[in-house]
Amino acid sequence: MIRQEFSRIEPKRKANVDHRKKQFAVPAYKELSYPTRLNFYTVPPTADITLEQFEQWAIDRLRVLAELEACSIRNKTPAETAAHMKPILDKYLPLASSTSSSSAIQAERQKDHYSHFILRLAFASTEDLRRRFSRVETQLFRLRFQGDDVRERQAFVESLNLDWETVGEEEKRLYAAELVAAGGGYPKRLDEESWFKVDWERVPELVESRRVFLKAGKAYVPGREQLSMVVAEFTNRLDKALEMTSRALPRLDEDDRLTPILAHLSQNFTTPDASYNSSSSSLPGADISARNIDALSSSFPLCMQNLHRSLRRDAHLKHFGRLQYGLFLKGIGLSLEESLVFWRTSFNKITDDAFNKEYRYNVRHSYGDVGGDSNRRGNGYTPFSCQKILTERPPGPGDSHGCPYRHFSVDNLTNLLQAVGVKDHKVLQGVKEDKEKQKFHLACNRVFEYAHQQEIKKVRDNGTWGAAQLETIVHPNEYFKRSYLLKNLDKNPAGTETGSRDSDVKMEG
Amino acid sequence: MPHSVVSQDSPDLMPDMDATTNEPNPVEGLNRESQESDAVDQDMTMAEAGIEGQDIPAPESTPVVKQEIKLEDLFADYESDEEFPSSHVNAVKDESSPEAPPSPESNGFALGASDQDVMREFYKRLFPWRNLFQWLNHSPTPTNDFGHREFAFTLQNDAYLRYQSFATSDLLRKDVLRLMPSRFEIGPVYSTNPRDRKTLVKSSAFKPIAKELCFDIDLTDYDDIRTCCDKANICIKCWQFITMAVKVVDVALREDFGFKHILWVYSGRRGAHAWVCDKKARQMDDQKRRAIAGYLEVIKGGAQGGKRVNVKRPLHPHVARSLDILKQHFQSDILENQDPWESDEQFDRLLQLLPDKSLNESLRKKWSSVPGRASKSKWADIDALAKTSKGLDTKALLEAKQDVVLEYTYPRLDIEVSKKLNHLLKSPFVVHPKTGRVCVPIDTRKLEAFDPLEVPTVTELLEEIDQWSAPEGDSDGKKLQDWEKTSLRPYIEYFRSFCLSLMKDEKGVSIKRERDVGDAMEF
Ligand SMILES: [Zn+2]
Repeated sequence: MIRQEFSRIEPKRKANVDHRKKQFAVPAYKELSYPTRLNFYTVPPTADITLEQFEQWAIDRLRVLAELEACSIRNKTPAETAAHMKPILDKYLPLASSTSSSSAIQAERQKDHYSHFILRLAFASTEDLRRRFSRVETQLFRLRFQGDDVRERQAFVESLNLDWETVGEEEKRLYAAELVAAGGGYPKRLDEESWFKVDWERVPELVESRRVFLKAGKAYVPGREQLSMVVAEFTNRLDKALEMTSRALPRLDEDDRLTPILAHLSQNFTTPDASYNSSSSSLPGADISARNIDALSSSFPLCMQNLHRSLRRDAHLKHFGRLQYGLFLKGIGLSLEESLVFWRTSFNKITDDAFNKEYRYNVRHSYGDVGGDSNRRGNGYTPFSCQKILTERPPGPGDSHGCPYRHFSVDNLTNLLQAVGVKDHKVLQGVKEDKEKQKFHLACNRVFEYAHQQEIKKVRDNGTWGAAQLETIVHPNEYFKRSYLLKNLDKNPAGTETGSRDSDVKMEG
Repeated sequence: MPHSVVSQDSPDLMPDMDATTNEPNPVEGLNRESQESDAVDQDMTMAEAGIEGQDIPAPESTPVVKQEIKLEDLFADYESDEEFPSSHVNAVKDESSPEAPPSPESNGFALGASDQDVMREFYKRLFPWRNLFQWLNHSPTPTNDFGHREFAFTLQNDAYLRYQSFATSDLLRKDVLRLMPSRFEIGPVYSTNPRDRKTLVKSSAFKPIAKELCFDIDLTDYDDIRTCCDKANICIKCWQFITMAVKVVDVALREDFGFKHILWVYSGRRGAHAWVCDKKARQMDDQKRRAIAGYLEVIKGGAQGGKRVNVKRPLHPHVARSLDILKQHFQSDILENQDPWESDEQFDRLLQLLPDKSLNESLRKKWSSVPGRASKSKWADIDALAKTSKGLDTKALLEAKQDVVLEYTYPRLDIEVSKKLNHLLKSPFVVHPKTGRVCVPIDTRKLEAFDPLEVPTVTELLEEIDQWSAPEGDSDGKKLQDWEKTSLRPYIEYFRSFCLSLMKDEKGVSIKRERDVGDAMEF
């Protein structure tokens, strides 16, 4: 969970921006009216807004999307996500229903509309960005669609003119048995449901799970599956539009005032993995050195403690262990020089010669000290996130990398936890249950909370840390950083380090 | 997954080098690696992992990586394989692995020096090059559908040549005769000519854009339930598994999805491939392929015990229809011919699938007391004893019995073949290197009559040409081509009519497609 500073771009510029001139290629100079709360974003914006609005609206939307992506990374249920997102949406991207008495309806909808299109421009450049943008915008749309007033939702769907053929009464009776069977036995009575007929390609997920009746390439979709169809249509159109936008991008003028803003926005949409740098994790005054790692290791998450213990036990780590641990240490601020010292002294059963020949180069490579241009420019590799550790390269025999909560048996995990001082029966039981439910993050955070319960209580009670600073940890380096700060509250006044959360925008990969 | 190669989805086996196309050069790490003396510890260097720690090769892939690097010398164009790394090393295993040895008694054919001549004659005189061209080109004059299509050759020395492409069928024929591959495979149509992919500035400009939707059914996936043969061996009894599979899949593709041009091809040994050639099918992205694969998938999980069928009730129309088709086969082809529950151990497996404990006990008692009681009788016993047991949930029993029928008859598809646009599959009409049989198309109108053991081998065909003599009184008739003199004739004629009907439909589609593009969205 590496937060990135989102510094504003010269907010003093306030000129009106005529951003229609290339990409907003609709020659209608009027304010759009927004009859429905939801928007399929088919019509580009046409009215002028200020450069400041342009930027602020985009940042606000990005913040919403970032939170939404974080919810899905944390495996939150739809209900949990909706609850988590409500205050964030209310703050940054409110959208009142048409029946509400809000006087800001049109302004809210305009902001929603414009910010979507601005981010489209910012995130159309690469396939990876397009895919992520499309995915998270779809999530946002789905969230709003589900929360919409039933009658307004219906009006919205009708306004889309989606070219869905309604299945007539005669056909309904003809295929009555098939329609009901495909619906898993529903509806009980035929007249309780209506069906649409569409090309099956438009509802691939309903086809994949055999939730629709298929005939001659047409899917007979029951009304209650409308959500999935509308969402598929939304994604489909957005993907096409992003593709078009990406082709139009090179035509944006180089000196356009928007270009740097757009570039900056998209940079903030990259994964923390890819943009992890030591400055965002620096801990002023901390002694991050080879000889201090043993002491610091008590603040490491279990995966790294396990690696550290293996290293001390065997005076060696296999490749992926070196990679996972080495990059973590790099992430906590261990310099290249100290890293070389650390690995050299740790591998104490081999000669200098063997070390220099087999390992030295690799450590330097991971710091970007050697290697090709882009490796050097990118300062080598970035520390692994939990997601990466959990999902890639499961450890084999003799390996020590991976996530103990996921990759260890319950017995081995319990032994390890007890060995590092987690002996509380309730905590161990909780971890076991988390593991069974495959909630590995939860298990890790449970141990963190247990190990820092007094400190957490303190910062909660005196209000120096907000909820945002104590939310679920999803990166080993965040685990260390938070642990270190909590354990050194007297040295490092809480809040100075992680306090500027409000202006942070984070995306997690 | 016989005769086929996944081209992009095996990150665990092959280093996915996408991220390293610019730098850092993974070879840098490999060079270091080769100097490493630590043989016990199969470590790899950090440098191999590529920038940002992405795409780290798994430890077990080390030998593969090394092997690939050596291959570089063999293939001038190895480097670009990195974008779609082939898991060929893995996939080929199936054809030559120790657990599937060629059975000498059934193979009068193994490629030696003289067989090379046999193959050359086959490619020269019998292989339907022009029809293959029409099939892939969808038009009489050469288009990118053919020109940008990937062919992959497996050479006699087992080297594997990917990204071959040809402007015309003649050029393809010439290269095949020059290289004499033991077989060749067909991959997707790419956005640019596969041979030019290295000259492109942006590697993203080279991507697969179309391919037939393919299915692969192989009898090895039935080894836990077929009792007549195992491994590479087949007979007409177990071929019925393929027959039922073709029926179930074919009808679903036609009636449910509306596809019309479905070519079924005998894989040359113990299975069949389907090529769905409708334009709509060829242009599907992976998500849509996955949707169809999922729609058709009913048997899930591996062979190691446990219930593998898990379908909702009421049965989806596709499952209900499949069950109707399969019921008849179940009686004759399973109960009678396979007799799958003859022994105690075998009927235990049946009992595991039935829900009622007390009924199971009565059945066990009865069957143990009559060793070797036929499966057909055992199957009948279930209902007979059920009638006498009290408080039995008849609905649950019926459903369990339906599940058993599905488990023993429903098509077992190698679904990975179908999910990916850029998957390579053996071409129709190539010769299976182990059996010598030609991979002929199967006419589904005469599906029941198809016997894989009757499919001509390449040596038989060449003999037929030699032995052919013009029918009496027909000496002034038109000159016959060689294939017309052999038993390959009906297969080629079927293939030709298939291609013609595909080309005919194609015209109409292309006009309609152009109109569709017009209303693409702006912005
Ligand atoms: Zn058999």
